[in-house]
Amino acid sequence: MDLNVLDKELLREVADLHRVPQGAFNIRKNGVAVGRESKDGITITPKEDRPGIDVRIDPGTIDQSLHIPVILTIPDLHDVVYNTFEIGAGSDVLVVAGCGIHTTSGKSRHDGIHEFYVRKGAQLRYVEKHYGAGGGTGERVLNPVTIIHLEDGATAELEMVQIKGIDNTDRKTEVYQGAQSRLIMNERLLTHERQHANSEIIVHLQGEGSNAEVLTRSVGQDHSVQIFKAALIGYGKCKGHLSCDSIIMGEADIRSLPEIWAKNEEAELTHEAAIGKISGEQIIKLMTFGLNEEEAVRTLLEGYLR
Amino acid sequence: MMITLEKISLKLGQGREETEILNEISLRFDPGKIYVITGPNGGGKTSIAKIIMGIYQPFSGKILYNGEDISGLSITERGKRGIRYAFQSPPRFKGIEIERLLKLANPDVNLKELRSIMVKIGLCPEDYLERIADNSLSGGEMKRLEVASVLLSRTKVAILDEPEAGVDLWGFEQLLNLVINSHRQAEDRTTIIISHSEKFLEAADEIIVVAEGKVQKQGKMDAIRPLIMEGIQCRWRKICLGEEENYGSQCSR
Repeated sequence: MDLNVLDKELLREVADLHRVPQGAFNIRKNGVAVGRESKDGITITPKEDRPGIDVRIDPGTIDQSLHIPVILTIPDLHDVVYNTFEIGAGSDVLVVAGCGIHTTSGKSRHDGIHEFYVRKGAQLRYVEKHYGAGGGTGERVLNPVTIIHLEDGATAELEMVQIKGIDNTDRKTEVYQGAQSRLIMNERLLTHERQHANSEIIVHLQGEGSNAEVLTRSVGQDHSVQIFKAALIGYGKCKGHLSCDSIIMGEADIRSLPEIWAKNEEAELTHEAAIGKISGEQIIKLMTFGLNEEEAVRTLLEGYLR
Repeated sequence: MMITLEKISLKLGQGREETEILNEISLRFDPGKIYVITGPNGGGKTSIAKIIMGIYQPFSGKILYNGEDISGLSITERGKRGIRYAFQSPPRFKGIEIERLLKLANPDVNLKELRSIMVKIGLCPEDYLERIADNSLSGGEMKRLEVASVLLSRTKVAILDEPEAGVDLWGFEQLLNLVINSHRQAEDRTTIIISHSEKFLEAADEIIVVAEGKVQKQGKMDAIRPLIMEGIQCRWRKICLGEEENYGSQCSR
């Protein structure tokens, strides 16, 4: 694989990759695949009609991982990729996605459209990290779309993280849940300077006994703008909890619009939303330990967004 | 380490809202001794603690730390010098585990020491060290951790603001022993406890009664007890609550 120092840094940031992954992988750089390997019940096939891959995970595949990072290192590139995942019944896999963009001029944009079919009783752990670097006049844009279909008894744990570096993001996550399926979603976002982030999450609790816990935490600094729209829709007997929590700093602007929507008397849906500054007492407590104010704030934010 | 307050006055609020909290208080806290500050609510006890820690800036007066004037030092600098303060209502920390929080209090602490102090405050380390120090913990649990965070570090001056508040009867005895034993084991530590608990008052080398922004009396338990039990409380009730008639028979002082 032909990867330079910059590529390796981006891969480390978005996928914690220090070397070629042990499991299956597909690494995409500047719009083309630079490395791919199917392994241990995970088959990766390039799509023929549009950019992207089809991933098939055999039923019963246990404790395997798939890394599919994307890196962009040239300006004025608009990379669009469509990835489809078939997670076989009864399997238990980790999928690590993420995109790193490094540009110092022009506009680099990546639209990753991921659709997952998590079959009966399967467990998906999905980690998506976004990272931008480069500075200068470069504009880094990431617009991920994640659509997940959870069949009966399936589970998805999503960890979606974007900390600084991305100037503009429009995130969409949509989940359709079957009977007795379970969703645990954690989204972490930090924007600063004049960055802009939109995040829209819709969870359809369609199946009897389905369960969803959605937690978003964000920090808005400087003059950045964030808009969260999150909805849990209960169609029958189900349980869902939605929590949108934000820390606002500087001149940031944060809107949080949690919505719960019951279409059946058996739906139990709750939500909470909070936007506030860092508590002065938290900062003071850490300062009594000998940290200065800046270190105290950094420590608090690191913990909050972890 | 010795802490000296020289004619400390504190005013809070601005304009018409300005209130005098402390009025030319002078106190000396010697190394190796346990001091308990007691008195009615709103009398200025917590303000003394916050002034020593640097959280409040006095309107006038000086604070000396082993002879060094630390009046202008930040909270951070005072923390680095070994002055530590356990809040009356401890803040909670989203996303920060108890183990991490205690290591922030003392980066040199090892796992064995951490586990040991957790046992001493009555929280099982296996159950608690990895828990987040947030709203999932009860008030009593947070209070014990708050005290641990002060006693764990290489503290020269430990200030504990109502350590017993919110702690259950069983936990209280453990907490009391921890505070006293920790004080005895630490070389020349000055321990200042704000408390209404008789047990803490009995453990004190010296008791300071603060009310209406002034030191009303200072001394051993035997000398202070009558004042605590009757005078100050009744006087405060008379002044603030107009309960003179109800308490008249008790308030002979």
